[in-house]
Amino acid sequence: MSSTETNHIIQVKDLTKQFGTFTAVDHITFEVERGEIFGFLGANGAGKTTAMRMLCGLSYPTSGNGTVAGFDVVKEGEKIKRHIGYMSQRFSLYDDLTVMENMELFGGIYGVKRRELKKRATTLLQKLKFIEERDTMVKALPLGWKQKLAFAVATLHSPEIVFLDEPTGGVDPITRRQFWEMIYQAASQGTTIFVTTHYMDEAEYCNRISMMVDGKIKALDTPANLKKSYNAASIDEVFRTLARDAQRGD
Amino acid sequence: MSTLKVLLKKEVLQFKRNAFLPRLVVAFPIMIMLIIPWVTTMDVRHVNVSVVDNDHSQMSQRIINKINASEYLTLHSVTGSFDLSFKSLEHGDVDAILEIPQDFEKGFVTGRTKKLSISANSVNATKGSLGSQYLAQTLAASIKEMRARLSPAQVGDLVLIQNRYNPTLEYRNFMIPAILVILIIIITGFLPALNLVSEKEAGTIEQINVTPVSRFSFTLAKLIVYWVAGLIVITIALIVAWLVYGQTAVGSLLTIYTGAFLFILVISGFGIIASNISSTMQQAVFFMYFFVMVFMLMSGLLTPIESMPQWAQRVTYVLPPRYFISIMRSVFMKGATFYDMRFNFLALASLAVVMNLGAALTYRKRS
Amino acid sequence: MRGFLKFIKKETLHILRDSRTMLIALLMPVVQILLFGFAISTELNNVNVAVVVPKWDEQIRQSVNKLSSNPYITYKGAIAEHEIDQNLRSGKVDAIIVFAHDFDRLMTQWKQSGNSKAAMQFIMDASNTVTAQAGAGYLNNILAGELMQSNSLVETHMLFNPQMKSAFNFVPGIMGMIFILICAMLTSVAIVREKETGTMDVLLVSPVRPLTIILAKMTPYFILSCINLTTILLLARFVLGIPMSGNLSSIIVVSLVYLLLSLSLGLLISTIAKQQIVALLISAAVMIMPIVMLSGMMFPVENMPAVLKPVSAIVPARWYIDAMRKLLIQGASFGLILKDFLILVGMTLALLAIALKNFKDKLE
Repeated sequence: MSSTETNHIIQVKDLTKQFGTFTAVDHITFEVERGEIFGFLGANGAGKTTAMRMLCGLSYPTSGNGTVAGFDVVKEGEKIKRHIGYMSQRFSLYDDLTVMENMELFGGIYGVKRRELKKRATTLLQKLKFIEERDTMVKALPLGWKQKLAFAVATLHSPEIVFLDEPTGGVDPITRRQFWEMIYQAASQGTTIFVTTHYMDEAEYCNRISMMVDGKIKALDTPANLKKSYNAASIDEVFRTLARDAQRGD
Repeated sequence: MSTLKVLLKKEVLQFKRNAFLPRLVVAFPIMIMLIIPWVTTMDVRHVNVSVVDNDHSQMSQRIINKINASEYLTLHSVTGSFDLSFKSLEHGDVDAILEIPQDFEKGFVTGRTKKLSISANSVNATKGSLGSQYLAQTLAASIKEMRARLSPAQVGDLVLIQNRYNPTLEYRNFMIPAILVILIIIITGFLPALNLVSEKEAGTIEQINVTPVSRFSFTLAKLIVYWVAGLIVITIALIVAWLVYGQTAVGSLLTIYTGAFLFILVISGFGIIASNISSTMQQAVFFMYFFVMVFMLMSGLLTPIESMPQWAQRVTYVLPPRYFISIMRSVFMKGATFYDMRFNFLALASLAVVMNLGAALTYRKRS
Repeated sequence: MRGFLKFIKKETLHILRDSRTMLIALLMPVVQILLFGFAISTELNNVNVAVVVPKWDEQIRQSVNKLSSNPYITYKGAIAEHEIDQNLRSGKVDAIIVFAHDFDRLMTQWKQSGNSKAAMQFIMDASNTVTAQAGAGYLNNILAGELMQSNSLVETHMLFNPQMKSAFNFVPGIMGMIFILICAMLTSVAIVREKETGTMDVLLVSPVRPLTIILAKMTPYFILSCINLTTILLLARFVLGIPMSGNLSSIIVVSLVYLLLSLSLGLLISTIAKQQIVALLISAAVMIMPIVMLSGMMFPVENMPAVLKPVSAIVPARWYIDAMRKLLIQGASFGLILKDFLILVGMTLALLAIALKNFKDKLE
């Protein structure tokens, strides 16, 4: 592995996804460095989720190439999956299993040993402050807690990269704060975080952010540099400047 | 292997927690086995006959008595006009009308015999033809008696008929194995078909697809649950068949279970295919329903394969129940051995391989 | 009224967008009626026969020739006596004819006196009673028919179905089965799906009356089912050759009521079930058996034991199939199917009322 590849845990070039005549993701090119919190911003429908699904091996790119954790996104999707964690935008854990059963299931799938799994799950649940809900059926949990559980499941097996698709969608401000604390904690332990959001204030928490408009990446830099080069007071303003000519989204 | 264990635990937990599924697997076979065998009779035993007696003679009375005494015929009415009898036939109360012409007895004595006429409702062709056949036989017998002036005991039979394996000609014995096969088709076909697609609709499949879990172990974990469910279904059905209908297998139970297991493999694999290629539960159910009906109606379960037109008979070679019902009936009723049925077992085993390979291959982790 | 139309539009859009399901719902009945209408038959077309001959003579040779030249018989050759069971057990043959060792003499005796010891024995595989009975009848006719003279005094008329087509019996049955299952499957998810996705609450808080919601949900499926009805009736008449001798408007009216009934049944299931999977399992898996077995489609209702007749009476398909057999095949007048019709109407109203009540209970 060359030195650039070890630094760049994600590297994509001209990644494109078309659904029929509709180009959801249009020739995007970028790198993500190991250990950074990378924000993937854009309006609804800009193509964030589609791009992320290609990186996670859930969807084949129409063209372009790239690597995630050193594996090819086109040919080695299954290998990528060993090294990543994923939290989907739509809650997708099992409603009819308890909190602990869900964690055991997904930990088990990644081959985390039983005893180690118990220990990690307990620690995570304690941090998330819902250890007393470990035997609660998931369908009985409020949405914010479900999201916490989804995050815990995504990081349980200590992946190299965690993909978070709108992790804070629909949760209250306090939970949102807790989430970002957890994200920082994971990053401080060397995990790379790839997070999509359409809350522009959250962008400030990222090391670097990319701005996606109509399937293309319009800007990519640190929040500070972006504000400087666009002469804006907030990321929100930067985004509004970029998205002025957007065709899709709301 | 450990992945499989984890996945299996999940499937078992989910199955047990569902309020409906465990009940379906246990209660449904019991209900069906208690009720359906009673109604599956094609035995044409109670042909309702209306006699139009235009003769009013000793002979016509004799014929009427003979009909009344027959075990297969039931005398519905004796009327004076065909129209009256025909009305009852139109209503469905009468299956066949026997018309005895005027001066039948007179003609019989003088040798210028007039013909008796049978009119059978043959909307149901089997019932119509068997019914009129019985009636004709009864008439022939009474005419023969009258001719020979002999009592029936002294009339020898040219042909002896031995009904082997089912001497009392109980149609139910023939249908119980078929009902058992249908139960397996319904339970181990519909359940897997709905399970996987319900994960698609709930979105949980996404979280699984992003893990390195292989499609083989994921599919297998689901299948194992349905294999067990299928074996429970057949065991319940066999027990009811024994307790309620006193029907036990003449041949070996091991052979029956081997066949049943192979068949369950085929059908559950097929269910998974249906699930994989559907995007909603409704689609999966439509897909399964279509094939379940084809399996039920075209594989010789309810009507003989040999009665179907050539093209349809050729179709049956790819229908798995064709082989299993043949195993079931032969082993159950005739005591056939594994060796007797080897080609059927071979066909089932091949279909099992094809279906399960198909099930694993149609599961796409990536779009 | 405007609310009603809006709702219908919404429901119609749902269906139209899911083009795959709609295509299945329209195509499947066509394939099924053709497939089953042509294929299902109970006529016995072939009997596999082997013979056991202790001593060949000219008479036996003649008899065997008669067998092998008969289109309904496949002659499988002569076997030894100890092979009888193996041949029947493995299903190689359906019947075995054992000739007496003095067959020649016995036949002559019978011809002269009409009485003798048995000259042959038919050993039938009676595991299938119907083929065994009919098969024995065939063999009897072929080998001994001319000696029995049983039919000379009797002439037989087959009413309504002189060519003895199985389709005449089965097509009305298949129609009854297809309509109720497909309609129920279509509507059984209509309400429970909204419960699962949470859109139900939006409906419940809206000022639209429950009856309006129920009817609006039914309307597009009813139109869809009418298309199915049309294609099936056309196929039955022109492709399957069903006579349809009854009054066409009676046929249509009864069928429309039956469609409504089936859709209501689906809706009722939808109001009861808590999950889509349960609704679908009930409308498909659970209902298939009673409908095929208890409706008279396969097994004549009049053969059922008295205890089970009431069970069969609650199966709606039974009444529809009965009415259709009378209308399509017997050419009966409406008066003859009035009872069937009234029962179907009553059932429809009852199902709708219960569905509506269940649905209203959700509001409280």
